[in-house]
Parts: sequence; C-alpha cells; structure tokens
Amino acid sequence: MTVELGHYALILALALAFVQMTVPLWGSLARDPALMRVGRMAAWASFGFVTFSYAALTMAYVNSDFSVLNVVMNSHSAKPLIYKISGVWSNHEGSMMLWVLILVLFAALVAWRGGGMPERLLASVLSVQGAIAFAFILFVVVTSNPFERVFPIPVEGQGLNPVLQDPGLAIHPPLLYLGYVGFSIAYSFAVGALIHGRIDAVFARFVRPWTLLAWLFLTLGISMGSYWAYYELGWGGWWFWDPVENASLMPWLMGTALVHCTVVMEKRDALKVWTILLAILTFSLSLLGAFIVRSGVLTSVHSFASDPTRGVFILGILTFFVGGGLALFAWRAPMLRQGGLFAAVSREGALIVNNLFLAATCAAVLIGTLYPLALEAISGAAISVGAPFFNATAVPLVVMLLAFLPIGQTLAWKRGNLLGAAQRMMVALGISILVSLVMLSMVHGGPVAAPLGVGLGAWLILGSVSEIMSRSWRRGATLRIFVARAFGLPRAAWGAALAHAGIGVTVIGIAATGWGVENLGVLKPGERIEIGAYSLVLDKSFVRNGQGFREDVARFSVMENGGFAGAVETGKRVHAGRYMPTTEAGILTLGLGQVYASVNDFHADGSVSLKAYWKPLVLLIWLGSLLMAAGGGLALIDRRSRIGIVVRSKAAALLAGRPA
Amino acid sequence: MKRIIGLYLVLFLGFSGAALAVQPDEVLADKALEARARALSTELRCLVCQNQSIDDSNAPLARDLRLIVREKLVAGESEDAILAFLVARYGEFVLLKPRFTMATALLWLGPFLVLLAGGIGIVLVARRRRVTENSTPLSADEQARLDLLTRQGD
Repeated sequence: MTVELGHYALILALALAFVQMTVPLWGSLARDPALMRVGRMAAWASFGFVTFSYAALTMAYVNSDFSVLNVVMNSHSAKPLIYKISGVWSNHEGSMMLWVLILVLFAALVAWRGGGMPERLLASVLSVQGAIAFAFILFVVVTSNPFERVFPIPVEGQGLNPVLQDPGLAIHPPLLYLGYVGFSIAYSFAVGALIHGRIDAVFARFVRPWTLLAWLFLTLGISMGSYWAYYELGWGGWWFWDPVENASLMPWLMGTALVHCTVVMEKRDALKVWTILLAILTFSLSLLGAFIVRSGVLTSVHSFASDPTRGVFILGILTFFVGGGLALFAWRAPMLRQGGLFAAVSREGALIVNNLFLAATCAAVLIGTLYPLALEAISGAAISVGAPFFNATAVPLVVMLLAFLPIGQTLAWKRGNLLGAAQRMMVALGISILVSLVMLSMVHGGPVAAPLGVGLGAWLILGSVSEIMSRSWRRGATLRIFVARAFGLPRAAWGAALAHAGIGVTVIGIAATGWGVENLGVLKPGERIEIGAYSLVLDKSFVRNGQGFREDVARFSVMENGGFAGAVETGKRVHAGRYMPTTEAGILTLGLGQVYASVNDFHADGSVSLKAYWKPLVLLIWLGSLLMAAGGGLALIDRRSRIGIVVRSKAAALLAGRPA
Repeated sequence: MKRIIGLYLVLFLGFSGAALAVQPDEVLADKALEARARALSTELRCLVCQNQSIDDSNAPLARDLRLIVREKLVAGESEDAILAFLVARYGEFVLLKPRFTMATALLWLGPFLVLLAGGIGIVLVARRRRVTENSTPLSADEQARLDLLTRQGD
C-alpha cells in the first residue's frame, strides 16, 4: 500500500512540477504577483511529495518488501540496515529517484531562501527548475518506475553487488548528486535571467552561494569516489580516467570556472555574458554526465544500466535543455551590456586566464571521452583513449594553470601590478624552487616530475600563505595588529587561500606517487616481502565467515627497521549468490603514507601471492580536496555571500548628502 | 619457452585459476627491462576489459599480453616494434594513447585549439571594448564628483 502511495505521490509531484514550470513563468511575463507566488508553493509541495515517494521506496527496502521488483533485484533480507538504505540508490531507478529528490530539494531551498530576490527573477528561476524536475520525474515515471510490483512474490532478493556494499557507496552518490544537480540552480538562474533580460551584480550575488554549494558537494563527491575506488577496487590507483569519472570531472572543471566567474560578476559587474554561458555549460555537462552514466553508451567499470529507451529519453532531455539554453543565450546575450572595465593585468584578467585553461582542460576530457564513440560512428574505426592520453593533454594544461595561480591570486582588481605581485610572491617562489632543488639532489630514484610536483604544491601553499600575510602585514605594525588584521580579512579571502592551498596539498600527494614502491611475490607463512623501508611478513592465512560472505584472509605484519609497525589483512571475498570473488585490499596508514596490500591468490600449499605497495604521502591527495571543500565552505559563510546585506560606502553617503 | 607453454595452457586448455594483474612469475629478472615492460603495459588496453590497461587487469588475456611484451623485450625488440606488432594483431584499439594520424588529429589538437581560439577570442573582445567604451571623457559634473572622492582619500 505505501508503495502505491509512493508511486501516486510521484505522479502528483509530476503534475506539480508542470504547474511550477508554467504558472510562475506566465506570472513573471504578465507581471502578476499572484501567479508568481504559485512558484514557491509548487516548489515546496513537489518537494513534499517527492520526499514522501522516496521515503516509501526506502521503506520497501528497509522492510525487504520483495513484492517490489526493484527491491528484489537489488536487496537481500540479510543485508545490514545501512546497505538497505543506501541500496536504494545503488541501481538505475533508485538513483534517478535520488536525482529527482535533490532536484526538488534545491528548488524548495531556493523558494525558501529566495525571499529577498527580485520577484520576477525568483519566479522565472523556479519555473526553469520546475521544467528540469518535470523532465526527470517524467523520465522516472515512464521509463524507470521503481515501484513496479512482481508476482509471484519471491521469498528472497537477489542481493546487492558486493562491490557496492561499502560505506563509500552510502556517502559517494548523494554527495556527487548534490553537486551534479546543484548546478541545475546555476542553470535555472542563468536561463531565468535571460528570459527577462536583467543580468547584473544582484543576479551574481544570488547565484553565487548556490554555485559554491554545488561545487563544494561535487568536490567532496569526486574525492570520496576516488578514495572508494582506491581501497575497494584493489588496484592501488585512485584515478583511472574512466568515462564515469570523467563525466563528474567535466562539470567540476566548468563549475570551478563558474565559481570564479561569479566573483568577478558580483564585484565588478564584468564578464556577464561569459558567466551566463558558463552556468548553462556547467549544468549541460552534468546532464551529459547523467546521459553517459545512465545510458551505458560508454560501457565502463561503473556502468550498471544499459537500455536504449532510457538513453534516448535522457538524450532528449539533454538536447532540450542544452539546446534551449544555448538558443536563448544566442538570442539574448547580444543585448547584455558589459560593465566593469579592467586592464589586462588585473584580477579579472587573471581569472579570464583561469577560465580559459579550465575550459581547455575540460575540452581535453570531453574530447577524449567522446572521441572513440564519434570516430566509431563516423568511420567505424575503433580506438581507445585512456589514461596516457589524458596525462599527456589535460595534465599539462592543469599544471600551467596552477603554476600561474599564486600570481593571479595576488593581483589587484581593475589594474594590477605584475611586478608588485611578483615581489609579494618572491619569498614563496624562492622557497618552492629551493624545495624542488633540495629534493632533486637528495632523493635518488623516482621520476624527475616528482620533486617538481612537490615544488609546485609548495608554491601553491606558500602563495596562499603569502597572500594572507601580504594583506594583513603593514610595515611597522605589531604582531598583534598583524594577527587582528589577518582574522579581520573577509572569510571569502581565507576561503580562497585555503582552497588554493588545498590544491597544493593534493598536488604534493599526487607528485609523491612517483616515489611509491611496489613489489610482488609468493609468500609462505613467515616469509617476507620488502617495500621500501617496510617489509611485510605473512603471519597466517585463514578463512573467515562474515555477514553474507565467506573470505580467505591473509594477515601480514608490517615491519619497520625490524620493529612491528602494524598489521594488514587482505582477502578474497565470495558473497552469497555470487561467483566472482572480490579483492579486499589491506591498508595500514603510517603518518600520511599508506602500506597497501592486495592479495592475488591463495595456493594449495598455504602460500599467498601478493602485490604490496608503499604509497608515501598518499593521504594528501584526499586531504587536499577536503581543504578545497572547506575553503568553499568558508566562502559560503562569508558575510557578503548572505543575501540582502547592502553596505553603503562612506563616499556614497557623502555623495548622496551633497546636492548635485 | 616455458612461458610460451604456459601461455598455450592458458589459451587452449581453459586454465581457469584466477589469473591476476602482474604476477610474481611474470616479473623479469632484469630490473631495467622489467621497468620498461611495466611502462609499456600501462599504454596497452586489456581488450576484453572496460577501460583497463593490461598492467591493471586481472583478465587472462591481459596476462597473455604482458607475457608477449616481456618475451619481445627479452628478445631485444624496441618499444615501437612491439607496439607495431600488437597493433597489427589487434588494431589501434589496443593502444590507450592513440597514435597521431589524420583520424586522431582533432583528438590530439582539440584541447589546444580550444586554448588558442579562446585566447584569440579574448584578445579580440578586449580590443573591441577598448575602442568602443574607453573613449567617452568625463563630464564636468563627473570630474567634480571624482575630485571630491579623491580628496576624501587624502
């Protein structure tokens, strides 16, 4: 019964989304406040109905209601509760439900927080958001109904893919979707503003917090997914340039450009046309990502849905929103007047360079991901585009961008002084080069790129420190004044510095992979294998029975200079009802590095074949991304990102007081 | 020769043991040669997998390819020769880093064309704006207001 109610609520939400799509837009064009108010009510109501519907599906999972086909296919009564709840979004239908839930959640948030927004802008934004929600709810109802019943009712479900039974799965998709779908708000703002033709700093002020929020979640989602792949897949890698990863990286790159651009637009009323275009492109790439993942058009490690009708439907949604957005842009953009002049050497100019490189990087990822598909369609020739291609194209572009970042960060708005910026950054640059040189001379072995990468990371971190210091330090000031000034800086300034330092931390982590050591061998109990300064001794291998699986486990002692540093267990797990064993990597964290052990095979004579790695500083890769997200969070809680705070400057007050 | 026999065992006798990413018995004694083999392996696609190099893959076919690569390196063949051999056998599909040809020109140059076109576009827009918008001088009233503001700064 709840299942039917859930289904019914979803259909009601579809009808409400239609109302939200049409009525407020009409109201905003006809300047009718009553019609415009319908938008907010419809947004709240459809959020309520979708939440109910989603909860009904979750209850079916929690109660193991095997009369529901979706639950039968993806759940098992013996599964732990957390995986019953997260199992909802482990499959195509459920993950589209989550997508829709987040879509209407954002609409409701805008309706709630948007009280201070110009009424017509709010109405058109909610309309566009309603249109997106309508398209996706229709998609779920027509092609991917998760509430379908099955008869006769099976006694037991088929279980969840064991790879997905992991805390990583419980966290990664919701974060990723909050990011992906969050960019729909930027799109709705851009299209809504284009519809009624008013695009100014006020618009930028309202759209910026939402963009930052989506960016923050996408950053966390990608980073979480990367760590999950690192420990779960057992290959020791953390980024595979897999089409599904690329699908999330593209909106992130464009979203990063957008986050920077909205700052320029808010502060300087410049780059309006470009910001609007970026907002449309960013969400277009989210939709493209949804298409790539959901249609299974590029079969990849992650792909678990391949059904052409769905692919075509999403392609239709993609075409409509991308094409419609761009057409509207082409029609309206020439009418926008550019404000805010600036010199080439200025913060604005630096941010244009930032956008250019991010766009080129995104193009590398986009072309690399879709090229094999396009080439095969056109000429029938099959080629592969993998990690080596992206390392040769996207990576150099990013490196160039990052090398330039600390200088750009310290340039003044409107007209900067390159020499002055260079002077401020002299110490940071000097130390970074020194770090590289010292490492080049001291560390033997490993690629030359590693010390250079560490130098680049140091440059980013020290550049951010310098930026904060040069903004707080005045000649002759006491330490107390210096500290007070530093803490008095806007949170957005701290946020930017933190995020940029975070990239530096990640870069150091990536560079240090060059010093990683790996070894493989066949070990009998008591034998050892060396990895760098550590050695792994096989204690014993045994069989363990867990909840829903049976596992062959090998336990190793990690020794450092003859002393015991810790233990790792790695195993091969066979889940109930599955044939293919999954590898469980064993990880021991020592400082910021990790010993990573991955068992290959258990032999009849009790020996174990093993691949073991020492990964120095590897945790920095993800810690850096956490810093980036924290930086985004700081910028988000900046006083100035809050809506509706207007500070009249002294000069403006003076002018107002003076009769003209 | 032993390896070749092992290979045929794998291929034709349906050897079904879990064959997994680079295994101890595959590793060459010569460290420099082994490093070259590993480097080459990361550029070769496991043909039956989804977006995995033969270096990462657990598939039996990936193991076969790894063994072929090592056989040929031991026999003194160059990287290029080995790649040419594998391409002749499996097609361009085996390369994770496509070769630069007419068909892949757009793939390789595309990102840099975006960079170039974007750069030129920015310069053009900036020039046009400088001409159209920088040319209005301040009116007397604006100048007076500016003077007031700049005096405030002192």
